[in-house]
Parts: sequence; structure tokens; C-alpha cells
Amino acid sequence: MNEWRFWFNGQRGTLLALAIFVLMFALYLANHPAIVNNGFTVQGVGNVVQTAANKGILLALIAMAQTFVVLTAGIDLSVGMIFVLCNVVASYVVVTNLGAAWGFDLGPVAGPAIGVVLVLLVGLACGAINGAIVIFGRLQPIVATIATSAVFFGLALWMRPQPGSTPEFAKALGKAMLTKFGGIVPASMVFLLVIVLLLWIPYRRSVLGRATYAVGSSESAAYMSGMPVRRAKFLAYVWSGFFSGLGGLYLTFVTSSGQADQAAAGTYTLNSIAAVVLGGVSLFGGRGSAIGAIFGALAFLTIKDLMFVLNVDPLWQPLLQGVILLIAVSIGSARLFQVRNRLELFG
Amino acid sequence: MPIDQPLFRMEGISKRYGGVRALEKAELTVERGKVHAILGENGAGKSTLIKVMAGVVAPDEGRMLLDGAEVTFASPSAANAAGIVCVFQELSLIPELSVADNIVVSNPPRRLGMIDRRAQRRLAEEALARAGGGDIHPATPIRDLPLSRRQMVEIAKALARRPRVLILDEATSALASSDVEAVFGVIRRLREEGVALLYISHRMHEIAELADTCTVFRNGRNVATYEAGTRTDAEVVELMIGREYHNVFPPRPALAADARPPVLETRNLAWPPRLNGVSLSVRAGEVVGLGGLDGQGQRELLLALFGVLRGTSGQVLIDGRPVAINSPRQAKADGIGMALIPEDRKTEGLMLPMSVRDNLSFAALSRFSRGGVIDRPAERRAIDEMIRLLAIKTDGIGVPAGSLSGGNQQKLVIAKWLMRRPRIILLNDPTRGIDVGTKQELYQLLRTLADEGAAIILYSTDYDELIGCCDKVLVMYDGAVRRTLTGSEITERALVGSALNIDGGEADAARPAVA
Amino acid sequence: MTDTVSSAAPIKTRSWRDRIDLPVVTAFGCIVLILIVGSIYSPSFLSPEYLLQQLKVGAFLGIIATGMMLVILLGQIDLSVPWTITMGAMMASAATAYGVAGEWAAIPFGVFCGLLIGLINGVAVAYLRIPSMIITLAVNAVAQGLMVAYSGGFSPRDSASAAMKFVGAQSTLGVPHAVIVWIVVGGLAIFLLTRTTFGRAVYGIGNRESAAYLSGVPTQRVVVAAFALCGALAAFGGVLLAGYAGKAAQSMGDAYLLPAIAAVVLGGTSILGGRGNYLGTVAGAILITLLQSILSVMQIAEFGRQIIYGVIIVGMLLLYGRDKGMR
Repeated sequence: MNEWRFWFNGQRGTLLALAIFVLMFALYLANHPAIVNNGFTVQGVGNVVQTAANKGILLALIAMAQTFVVLTAGIDLSVGMIFVLCNVVASYVVVTNLGAAWGFDLGPVAGPAIGVVLVLLVGLACGAINGAIVIFGRLQPIVATIATSAVFFGLALWMRPQPGSTPEFAKALGKAMLTKFGGIVPASMVFLLVIVLLLWIPYRRSVLGRATYAVGSSESAAYMSGMPVRRAKFLAYVWSGFFSGLGGLYLTFVTSSGQADQAAAGTYTLNSIAAVVLGGVSLFGGRGSAIGAIFGALAFLTIKDLMFVLNVDPLWQPLLQGVILLIAVSIGSARLFQVRNRLELFG
Repeated sequence: MPIDQPLFRMEGISKRYGGVRALEKAELTVERGKVHAILGENGAGKSTLIKVMAGVVAPDEGRMLLDGAEVTFASPSAANAAGIVCVFQELSLIPELSVADNIVVSNPPRRLGMIDRRAQRRLAEEALARAGGGDIHPATPIRDLPLSRRQMVEIAKALARRPRVLILDEATSALASSDVEAVFGVIRRLREEGVALLYISHRMHEIAELADTCTVFRNGRNVATYEAGTRTDAEVVELMIGREYHNVFPPRPALAADARPPVLETRNLAWPPRLNGVSLSVRAGEVVGLGGLDGQGQRELLLALFGVLRGTSGQVLIDGRPVAINSPRQAKADGIGMALIPEDRKTEGLMLPMSVRDNLSFAALSRFSRGGVIDRPAERRAIDEMIRLLAIKTDGIGVPAGSLSGGNQQKLVIAKWLMRRPRIILLNDPTRGIDVGTKQELYQLLRTLADEGAAIILYSTDYDELIGCCDKVLVMYDGAVRRTLTGSEITERALVGSALNIDGGEADAARPAVA
Repeated sequence: MTDTVSSAAPIKTRSWRDRIDLPVVTAFGCIVLILIVGSIYSPSFLSPEYLLQQLKVGAFLGIIATGMMLVILLGQIDLSVPWTITMGAMMASAATAYGVAGEWAAIPFGVFCGLLIGLINGVAVAYLRIPSMIITLAVNAVAQGLMVAYSGGFSPRDSASAAMKFVGAQSTLGVPHAVIVWIVVGGLAIFLLTRTTFGRAVYGIGNRESAAYLSGVPTQRVVVAAFALCGALAAFGGVLLAGYAGKAAQSMGDAYLLPAIAAVVLGGTSILGGRGNYLGTVAGAILITLLQSILSVMQIAEFGRQIIYGVIIVGMLLLYGRDKGMR
């Protein structure tokens, strides 16, 4: 009993995000026109889930990216730009004839595979630049990532001043990543699960993963304890770049094109912060989980979709969405009224 | 390798911070199976010395020998790997991680590259048991533990690293007496196991009880090393401050204050479960001490009086009139005139990066301003006066408060409140971690303030201080006043006896008398 | 150390060396450098007309950055600035449509709307203790929602009032009124920060809120007031921008959030709060305006401008904006 209590306390944020998401999504399904008209058929539900999943995975990946940095008590305001930059890069390199221009056509299998690796390398590089500036240049993360996002946007703009695509884009790969299995399980969610199992959980349980939490919780204590403080922080930014890159890649699967979209970058950056907060990740660092952030992202998007199926006037949707976000972030503060020693308010 | 070679030696270690010499050609030899006490005033170089040993700072010059071979530590983890482990005065635990996570933090057991949580749990339970903290659940997050329990975890963490040299820097300052006994037991056992122990403490009786060898530091140098028990306390203090040491506490006036009406009274002040109905009264010119074991509600009492705690019950009366104080702002207002010298000067007393000037006038700005606009010449005059009055050693009033020594920072906190000319002064352990010289100045100051008519409540973890300074001591236990001692009743024996909530006779067994 | 005689020595005042702020000097130095580089490219860079024009453009950013600086000094941030700007502009323009009274009330009404937004932010941060980064983000979304709902998703047809145009767009004797307004706002900001109890409290809270609270400072009220001022100044900036452009536009504020933060930080204000000088913010605002102007005059493509812009901010901050190391 006692052991469970400790576990539950540790996972409270994640479980709450999961509960909110399940509730929202159930409401969404029940009100979706396709379900309302045709009933709960496997095909109908499968289609709705697939559409939602393919939209959700983008923000889920960006929210995961943001989680790594937020856990170290930092913030990465360049996730959206890395996302856009990697989308632009992917629209050039994830092609069935990679290398054809230089005389070595890698073909329809190796070509996209190498292309995917290249895109992820770009993400990693962007993250490494952020990490280097924040950790070795000792700049504050807010400002550093604002500045680097200008650079990343410049690069994206240089490559794709106009939205566009390459005819040889590996559409088959994109389609495969967006399909659904057994008529109901979306490939993107399977992919997300694989990512969580292969990357997040081992990282969470590694020494560096623990150092990530420790740094966010108390950097000086982590240093005094001989933890790899700088490596953990640097790695958090690199992970952030990697996951943003993965998000950009997935965006290319969805749109089959690339676009240096400044507005989209801003929206994804801001939504990633909203998602991690909804997902129970503390902006003060040290507490939360990428799994919570995923549910936070999915819940956040479902709110939008829910308003759509409930036929809320489109003009009022942004306001309603803002108000819901406002209420959601305010709920967590209710505990403050139970704080009896006012000094604890200053944490 | 000769057997009688010392385990660890430091030779000619120097360290400067900017223009300030922290260590100047310091030497230290540490031997197996000995408890080596380091004594010295604050700023004598003790903390720099152990930081060098533990790899937290790199020395400017000098060398360190481990088993006769020269070593350098690039980081705390390098020192740990060599077997030198430090229990720091400032806690090095990570609040969001669990007790077990913290204990194995530097080198957790691994399986397939991932942390083996079952093995970690086992190691943690073992270490906790060895440190005498077996009642702490390894899955508890550190943030949910009180300070004294955290200190036990800190010690368990050090033990889990299998130290050859264990440094305890004021490791008992946050502990309750029963825990201190447990820690002493651990230290004795380690000594028998052949571990070299460095023990740094301001509590002389602890050193008298534990140490085999003592080294005194002054101004960054080691000035004397001697076998424990070969010098008297007065001689040791003289070595530490380098001047004649006499009569620490100013004389108490005969209790003439009885005739005056009380300035501050409380009736059944409660904030359960930490504070369970405290009634007290303090007259002008009176210094009232709060005694008892650490964590028996003394801090909460001061915070409750100062309006920090929400949901208190009972009555607070100022000059016989009931008042409701809901914030420090109301507490300091003219009708009440209360001041609180908080527990932690670094986070609660001062804004370290701000200048001495801004800190000094911060609480008293309303005195030099009209309509929110500050009269800077008036502010300046008051600040100069206060710096002279308290003899605060500072390199100008524009320098950051953080650049002052610990004792001067504490003076700054007190000066900041004296600027308001408070009628009621609450002090929360004001001499913790302060050097002997400054302590004496503060005792004198307290008496002067009382003579000028202030009503003072002093909470101290140091019994000598309560005996020396107070006209009356309220001994607290479990959030209530267990016994009130006045005048000649205030003795070590009475304080200890009532603190443990037992009769005086048995108290001596529980806590050894001062040598 | 061994005696107490030294305390009797006279207490030093701050020397001139302490008063001069490295970041402020660096920022002004960079402004001079940009002007020199620009004048090599074209002598018209040093003409009074060009400089005044830049100051005018910089004034909008400078006024918005003033509010942002107050909030950053507290160790907080205000991400609701973009739609507060837009709201100020739209509401002031909307008021203009209501006859003579509306014309007169336009500027105060716009500023008042921003003040309300700031109040919501401040109450949420001070009393509910929601991290400012998230609450101001949410409030920005609400403000955007309100403006979208109000305007129907298009830029409103209301135009700015005569007074708005007078302040935002016109000049007297060649001196743009916006610049005069900025000088007044800046002077008030310096006075507020250095000479008043409110200013001291802002710095104190930014350094250590618990110590400020225990000193009896009404920390919550100070935080609310700072956010309210930030909202009001952002909306005022929006009102001026609407006057400058003749009318309000959708998402006209989006382009001001990052430059406002950058201006404050380039001027040497610590993003962690508690440290900073208003002159630095002035320098930061001018620097960013000049940088944007010179890059566009030199006909560098947009992507190149973005990259140079980012690299220069990182480079300058590496010069002086670094945290102190731990060892």
C-alpha cells in the first residue's frame, strides 16, 4: 500500500494528463459526425483515431522535445523553428533518388533511409548548438534559443522561400508512417510507443537521465554530488533538437512538402509549453515525464477538435481555447490556498 | 610504502578569491582511525580547505598526497573516487529525487546500462541503517523530509561511497540531540574501521567529546595542531581569535523590568500540529529565550508572531491590545514595530547580489521616503550611522552584500531591522555559523538594545547562549512551552532536562556535560 | 581581519568605475559601430532625418520594452505582449468610431484595456503563483481570442483617431512626437526604478522574493503593479503603432515580442531578474531597430537578415551576458 502511494505521488501529473485526455477524446468521439451518423463502427472510429493521431504526433514529439529541456529547469523556444527547419530539409532529402544530382542514386529504399538520418542529424546539430551556447557559453536558455531560432528560420527561409515539394519525395514512406494497422491502430501512435520504449524509458533510467532530473531540481546539489551536470544539460538540448527534428520529419510525411512557416513555428513552440504544463511537467525543473507531456499534447489538441465537432463558431474558438488553457493552468494553483506557511510560496 | 605514512597530506595549499586570501600555505595531515577536528573562526579558511580536499575548488598552489602519491581533483566526483567524501554544511541533496536515488547518486548500481532499482534500494537501506536513519523510507522524495532527517540521509549518502577520508562540515548543526548521538556512534564505528575523519564544528563540547587531534586555523593558516585534551577551552578560543578571550556575555542587569507592562503577549497561540497553544509575555528591556530541542515549534512561533503563517488561532496582544498580524508588512508597521531576524540570512535575510546600501535600507524605506519617492541624502546618513554603530566591515556601501563575510552579513540583517528602531525584536538562531568575535559583539548589542527598551525574543540552538544572554527562557517541547526558567534557574542542567521533557536528574545521561 | 579598527575608516561611495555598466557601454558602442559601417555604405546613414526616423521606429519598441523590462526585473516574463499591443491598437481605433467623445477617449481606452490584461497576468502570477511564462501565454491566447471574435478575423476598418495619428505619426520641427513620448516614458521609468520605493522593491523581489517579503514589502502588490504597467505600456505602444500606420491590424504585435525581450536583455538586464539599468534597454531598443534597418537598406535577403540578427544577439550576449561559472 505504502509503496503504491509513493509511486502514485510520483506519477500524479502524468495520470491526470492521461485522465483529461481520455475524457476529452471520449467526448470528441461521441460527438464526431462520422460516429454520430454511422454509429461506433471499427472503420469509423479507426478513421477518426487515425486523423487525430497523425495530427497529435507532431505536437507530441515537440512536447517531448520541450520536456527534456524543461526537466533541467531550462526552456527551449527554438523547438518550433528546428521543427520547421527539419521539415524543409526533409522535403529535399527524404527522396527516392537521393544523390542522383551527384551521380550516385541511392534508390528508393536506401535513399529515404539516408535522408531520414540526415534530417535527424540536422535536428541533433541544432540542439547541439543550443546546448553549446547555453552550457558552454553560459547564456540564459530563453534568450539563447530565441536568438538561435532566428538563425534556424533564416536557414529554412534560404532553402524554401516559397512552400514547395520535390516530385521524388518518398511518399510511400510517408504513407506507411501514417497508415493504420488492423483498421484501428494508427501507425503514428505505434511509432510513438516505440520511441517511448526505446528512447525515453531507457534514458529515464540511465545515470544521465537521473542527472537531468537532478540538475533541474537543484543544480548545485547535483554538482556537489559529483553528477555529470554539464553533460546532462547539454544532452537535454541535443535530445530536444532530435525530437523536434523527428517532429519536422513527421510533418513532411503528413504534408509531403516543406515550408519555412514562421507562424507555425511560433504556434508549435508555444503549444509545446502548454502541452508540457498540462502534462504535469514542472517548469521549475526536476518533476514530470515525457509520457505526461505526450498526453498533455494530445489533450490540448483534442480540446481544439472537440470545439470543432461541437460546432462552436470558428470566430469564438480561439477565445474558448485560450480560456480553457487559462483554467487548466490555474487549476494547479489551487493547492496554494492550502499553503499555511507563506514562506513556502517562494519555493 | 611505509606503513606509518599518513593517509592524506596537504602541503603549502594557497587559494585566493579575487584579492582575498582564503588559504595561505596551509598544511594538514590526516591519519587513519583518527577523528581530526578543525577549528577556527568563520573566514579562517576551514571551508575553503575542505572544498579543496573535496575537489569543489582548485587550489592556486600547493600539493596533496594520498598514500604518499601526489593527487589532484578536477571535480567532487574525482575526490570521491579517491575515497575522500564530504558531508557538506549546505545540503547537497536533490529535492525532487527519492532518498534512495540520492544515496547512490554518484555511482548507482547498473544493469544493462540502466539503473538497477532493486539493488539501489538494497544499498540505500543498508546505508541508512548504518547512519542510524533506518526509520526513513527509501522511496520518500527528499522534499518531503524535514531538515534533520535530510541531514541523516546526507550522512548515509556519504557512507554509501565507502569513504577513506570522511569530512563532516557542521554536520550536526541541523540535528536534534537524539540524532546527534546516533551520528556520534557512526563516527566512532568508522574510526574503529580505520577511516580518517575530519570534523568541523562550532560546538566545543562536541569536539571535546569526539576528537583525537585538533588543528586550529586562523587567517588561512594552520596555527596549531595538538592532541585533544591538552588545551583548555580558553586557550583554544585564544588561538582561534588571536587575542585575549574573556567574559563572553555582557552582565545582566538586575531584573528591574518587572514593573513595566508587557509589550508583547500571546494567549494560546496555536498553529497545529507544530504549535499547540503558546502563552508568553515579553516586557520592554527583557531578553526572553526560546529553548528546547531543535524543531519543537520555536521557528513556527516566531513566524506566527511575524504574520507569516496562515490559519493561526489564539491571541496576540501588543501593549495589552489584541492585534491581528497577517503579514510582515503589518508586523513592522509603526503601531507594532516588530522585526524578525530570520533563520537563513542568505535566502530570507538578504538579497545577496544587491548592494549593502539597498539591503540596509530595504525594510526601512518608508522612513526616508515621501509619497514613495526616496530621500537619498537622508537614506545615506542613516546607513552610514548604522554601519558605524554595528562596526560592519564592508568595502563601501555599493558592493554586493554577498561579498561580506558571514558574520558581517548577519550584522547587516540586524542593522537593516534596527534602522526601523523596532520595539519588538525576534531573532531566529542569529549566531549560527558565525565566528566567535562577531558573536560577542552581537551579545553586547542585544543587551544594549534591551537596555534601551526593546523587547527581545531570542531562539538559539546553543544552550550557552541562552544561559548567557537571557533574562528568562521558555523551554519548548512539541509546540508548547514546557517550562519557564528565570534568572539563576537558567542552567545547562535545567535546560537539557526540560528540553527532553524529563526530570533534570536523568538529563545528564542523555547529553554529556560541557568539558 | 584581526582587529576592528578598519570599520572606523570612512565608508566609500561608489566610484565612477562602479557606475558605468559594461553592457550599456557595449550596447552603445555597437550602435556607433553600426552607424560607422552604415556610413561607409551610404553617407545618408548619418543624416539627422535618417537618425530621427530610426529613433521614431525605435520609440515604439522602446516603449513596449520598458514594460517588459519591469517584468523581467522581477524575474518574470510577459508573453502576452503581442496581443496586448494588438488589443490596445484595436480598442483605441474602435473607440474612435464613437463620435467626439470616442476620439478623445481613444488613447486612454486603449491603454486601459492593456492595463486590464496586465492586471490579470499580475494577479495570476502574484496571488495564484502560476509561472508567468505559462499564464501570460494563456492570457495572450485569450486576448487573441477576444480580438478575433471582435474583428471577425479580419483587420478592422476603424481608423486611428486624430490624436493617435498626432502622437504616433507626426512631428514638430522635425522631431517625431513618438520620440518625445519615449523620452517622457523613459524618464519616468528611470525615476521609478532608481528613486522610488516601488523601484527598490522590484529589484529586491527580482533578487530574492522571500527576503523582500520578510522585509515587509507588499510583494504581491508590487508584482501586480509591474505587470499592469507592462500591459499598459504594451497597449500604449500598440496605440502609437496604430496612429503611425493609420489603423490597427491583425497580429500587428507578433513582430514585437522577441525584439522587446532582446532589447531588454541586450541592454544588460538579467533575464533572471534583479539586475539591469534602463539606459541599457534604451540602447538595446535602438540597437535592434538600427540593425533591422541597416540590414534591409543593404538589401540583404530576408533569410540572411534573420541569420545575422540571431548571430549578433548571441555574439553580444556572449560578450557580457554570461552567468558566472560555478567553479
